[in-house]
Amino acid sequence: MDLIFLILIPVLTVFAIILTDSKAQARIAAVAGTGIQLMLSIYLVILYLMERSSGNIEQMLFSNKYVWFTSLNIYFSTGVDGISVSLILLTGIITFTGVLASWDVDYLYKEFFISLIVLATGVFGFFISLDLFTMFLFYELAVIPMYLLIGIWGSGKKEYSAMKLTLMLMGASAILLVGLLGIYSYSSPTGLTPLTFNIIEIAQIDIPIEAQRYFFPMIFIGFGVLGALFPFHTWSPDGHASAPTAVSMLHAGVLMKMGGYGCLRVAMYLLPEAANEMAWIFIILTSISIVYGAFGAIVQKDLKYINAYSSVSHCGLVLFAVLMSNEIAMNGAVLQMISHGLMTALFFALIGMIYGRTHTRDIRNMSGLMKMMPFLAVCYMIAGFASLGLPGLSGFVAEMTIFVGAFQNADLFHRGVTVLACSSIVITAVYILRVVAKILLGPADKSMPAGMTDAVWNEKAVTVILIIAIAGMGLAPLWLSDMILNSLEPVVQKLTLLK
Amino acid sequence: MENFYYTLIIPVILFFTFVFTGLLGRKFKPLFSGMVCTASIFISTALSWYTAYQYFFVQGKVDGAYKLINVFNLEWLRFNETLSIDIGILLDPISVMMLVVITTVSLMVHLYSLGYMKGDPGFSRYYAFLSLFTFSMLGLVLSVNIFMTYMFWELVGVSSYLLIGHYYDKPSAVSASKKAFIVTRFADLGFLIGILLLSAYAGSFDFNELTNPQGSAILQSASVTFMGLSAVTWALILIFIGCAGKSAMFPLHIWLPDAMEGPTPVSALIHAATMVVAGVYLIARLFPLYIFTSPQALEVVAYVGAFTSLFAAVIACTQTDIKRVLAFSTISQIGYMMVALGVSGYGGEEGLGYMASMFHLFTHAMFKALLFLGAGSIIHAIHTNEICDMGNLRKYMPVTHITFLIACLAIAGIPPLSGFFSKDEILVAVIEKNFFLFIVQYIVAGLTAFYMFRLYFIVFWNKEKKYEHEPHESPSIMLITLVFLAVCSAVAGFIPFSEFVTSDGLPFVTHIHMKVAVPTVTLAVIGILTAFFLYKKESTSPDKIKNSLGLIYRSAYRKFYIDEVYMFVTKKIIFNMISVPIAWFDRNVIDSSMNGIAAATNFISEKIKYLQSGQLQQYAFVMVAGMILIFLLTVYLITL
Amino acid sequence: MTEVVGIQHFMVLSTLMFFIGVYGFLTRKNLITILLSIELILNSVNINFVAFNKYLYPENLGGHFFAMFVIAVAATEVAVAIAIIISLYRKLKMIDVENVNEMKY
Repeated sequence: MDLIFLILIPVLTVFAIILTDSKAQARIAAVAGTGIQLMLSIYLVILYLMERSSGNIEQMLFSNKYVWFTSLNIYFSTGVDGISVSLILLTGIITFTGVLASWDVDYLYKEFFISLIVLATGVFGFFISLDLFTMFLFYELAVIPMYLLIGIWGSGKKEYSAMKLTLMLMGASAILLVGLLGIYSYSSPTGLTPLTFNIIEIAQIDIPIEAQRYFFPMIFIGFGVLGALFPFHTWSPDGHASAPTAVSMLHAGVLMKMGGYGCLRVAMYLLPEAANEMAWIFIILTSISIVYGAFGAIVQKDLKYINAYSSVSHCGLVLFAVLMSNEIAMNGAVLQMISHGLMTALFFALIGMIYGRTHTRDIRNMSGLMKMMPFLAVCYMIAGFASLGLPGLSGFVAEMTIFVGAFQNADLFHRGVTVLACSSIVITAVYILRVVAKILLGPADKSMPAGMTDAVWNEKAVTVILIIAIAGMGLAPLWLSDMILNSLEPVVQKLTLLK
Repeated sequence: MENFYYTLIIPVILFFTFVFTGLLGRKFKPLFSGMVCTASIFISTALSWYTAYQYFFVQGKVDGAYKLINVFNLEWLRFNETLSIDIGILLDPISVMMLVVITTVSLMVHLYSLGYMKGDPGFSRYYAFLSLFTFSMLGLVLSVNIFMTYMFWELVGVSSYLLIGHYYDKPSAVSASKKAFIVTRFADLGFLIGILLLSAYAGSFDFNELTNPQGSAILQSASVTFMGLSAVTWALILIFIGCAGKSAMFPLHIWLPDAMEGPTPVSALIHAATMVVAGVYLIARLFPLYIFTSPQALEVVAYVGAFTSLFAAVIACTQTDIKRVLAFSTISQIGYMMVALGVSGYGGEEGLGYMASMFHLFTHAMFKALLFLGAGSIIHAIHTNEICDMGNLRKYMPVTHITFLIACLAIAGIPPLSGFFSKDEILVAVIEKNFFLFIVQYIVAGLTAFYMFRLYFIVFWNKEKKYEHEPHESPSIMLITLVFLAVCSAVAGFIPFSEFVTSDGLPFVTHIHMKVAVPTVTLAVIGILTAFFLYKKESTSPDKIKNSLGLIYRSAYRKFYIDEVYMFVTKKIIFNMISVPIAWFDRNVIDSSMNGIAAATNFISEKIKYLQSGQLQQYAFVMVAGMILIFLLTVYLITL
Repeated sequence: MTEVVGIQHFMVLSTLMFFIGVYGFLTRKNLITILLSIELILNSVNINFVAFNKYLYPENLGGHFFAMFVIAVAATEVAVAIAIIISLYRKLKMIDVENVNEMKY
């Protein structure tokens, strides 16, 4: 399959939406486009698995190369391995459900769907790129629509949040760009070959350790900000709280995963020596993220803030696992990206639906929703259980893989931080159950607006799709984890060779 | 020959029942869901009994010893070549025994609930969760892999959470369920770290591998030390923390009394007969590992168990809520099992404690389930849990009365009822190893008889209270289960348990030791007589005793203020001293520093914007001056 | 009067004209005067063009052409400038450059 379809379809969808002239048409075009995209992602996974089982052991499958700018040797090279395939599937699911969840956008609906799909294009492009330059380009393409989506369709302090989010991410990408250009400038040690941005080619080259020491922190922080690395995570609570439902879903669900993916694919893979040397600094930071985010979530009063802090904690776990630099933990990192993507999307979708009925997100003003909207309440509980790592749902698989992997490092430092990270599962239980007990259970609140209804069809579709994905991953994780594990080999080989 | 594949049906059918009733329950009449669940648990029970028969009498024995049979083993999640989570079924004496206990008690509870929960708006939800619980509990005991145990361990935790919170519009039930989940979750953290530590040294999660006395896990793992104890000892102590959480050992017992907010049949099933003994079961499952690599960890088990049993028995004497008395009694009895495991050796007669512990687990499940179901029957009749509001109920509820009496006699250890036999084995095992622990357990035996009969006399004799409407005997479906369990509690002691369940699979013969049995029974009778004189008729002497004990009584009544300590730690320390400052720090320090960068940029541009004055001639002047400067500089540089 | 007029005379003249123009541009407040100063600057350049052409490359006419272009450009510039000044006058009823500061910060 030609991977360029993954970008072409959203672009065509955008044109289709431009041509529509009513809200009904626009949203049908958006749903159809993202639906086709989802089908394509599933098809890609099947194709990938078939290709692998037929014995193709190339690192990147379906690779292709398009000229971008010859004189600087910039190409748009595409290709996927197990990691990107699984993340593409995640993106497909979340984009589709995100569009379904924003069924009732009234204000500038065309522009809303267009921005949403442009954002998705950026994410898809990012995951299929094998070229640092195009990777960066698509990263920016995903961040810019975010500004518009939050600034125009958001709620609360939307301008402030949009500005903060964009500026922090832009600041990070400035640092990131320097790091990427640094790698580029060292990509031809002999001087005989032209400089290159291609990840696979750079991976064959040994970048001098002195240079790595500069570029590793730049790239790790550059991507890490997107992955809510402490102390650069503060864009996330405000951003999530102000964003409209679908944007929160996409943002926490897939955009933050780009950070983890970038750290894994670029920072760890291309700069392994510096990664081994400097990992401890970032391990400390990510451990702080994990515990700090969880403790922060305990006292929040706004549902979206709770979830945003929980995301900080869970995404901290992703980066934490990436830094553990062994196969199991990194596998866990990717699993956690997918798992967190699915469940946080479900959370935000549900929060959006609950907000649409109660017109408040303050947990102090809600009570006994189980009586009034049982379907949504049960789904919220399932999302909560996934988040606190109940076996049979996705969170358990991911977290346990991370913990087992992290514990393989035999020294006291790594084990100590792993125990610290493990303790987050208790704190997670505390804040999840606090919310569940406060808003879902208990006596029904008389002051709630009257005539609240349970979920309608599109909301049911969103939650059911996401819950099926979460439960599917939680019940039968082996195929997914194997697919990722095989693709991690090159990365881990480079890292362990140096130890 | 050795074909136990059908055992797969036992848990799986319940899972499908859960999914079916969970998703579609609301579409049917409630009774239909109940019937579906009861039917499937009935199939499970039948199969379990058949399995037990097959295992113990037909196929299980190889060369005179019961073997571990790995029915099947499916890789569920692979970490690397050696570490993986497997899903499978492991049959050995204890898992088969647990299979029988769980399905039987669960079947009784299913039947009983048909009467007890009738008319409840959450009827089908209740049955769905019961199926979920039974499924997870069966998965727990059948697991082949310690990680699989952990998974089902969590699942039983969740189903317990869901069932305690059955009456979810009652705030006390909600907070009790939350507390139960979080406390056990905290203990599970210990369990998880223990597993990780164990796997790091043993290189496997597999029970076959871990508990094989000749296996690499046991032989290799004692070498690494940390803070004076070997790493495996640490791992096993951490795993014991998990067990202590689930089995409500001190100081993690606080959730169990509160868990009584759930419907009474649930308390009978989860919080008396099955889930709370999971900790005992897990230690028994890992017993070879404990005994061969880390006797220190076993000592911890024994002392914690002994202390808990005494502690809980003292509290049980003062409580006035019928279910809480039973809850503390459960804690105390589980302490017994822990002590027995803690003092046990391995193999043959040495392993008497192990066998006694399992025996007590078995008999306790029967009579404690009976006690709870009896209590449920009483609560069903008079709608209160307070024993002060009960009295002279034997007049109204004869069947409940008789069955309750049988259970009380059984737990007090009066021969020939089942409790006598298992308790006797435990005390014999303890006296052989550790006389101090024996004294403690001996006192507890007396206290047990006292508080159970205190309950019995207050509820069924004493002065008749005013009831809102005349108490009535429960419906026959409930009584049938009571009678069935009463028969079990009465005769279960005659099972020659040591011929089936032993630490190494080799059967041996046990006898009653008069040296231990006579003083114990005497003490139990003294306990019963004390209760008889104090509580049979209404009298003022209990109050006098209360007053003379003063502080001791009050602190026991308040459960030694452990709850208050927990509230202090969680509310004051964790919430106010950690979370609130972190949230504040995040908003005011980290976020402000980010905002500060933005503000600094803003401030600087505010200052330099005045350069853009709008005065054309000013611009031109600056331009010309600049040109002249550059000119002069160039000239200067050239001439240099 | 035997001395021939040399290139230096033209240069002195144009330099003087240039700086007079710059001075006028910087100090005069009236927009018309400023415009006149600009004309002075432009014409000083024109003188230079023509003079250099005459003395250095007499066989070429490039300097003359350039001067022509500058005159043409200056003419259009004046047209535009006068238009701006007139509309400013209509708006503000004066043509003082210090008051035309709408485009600040």
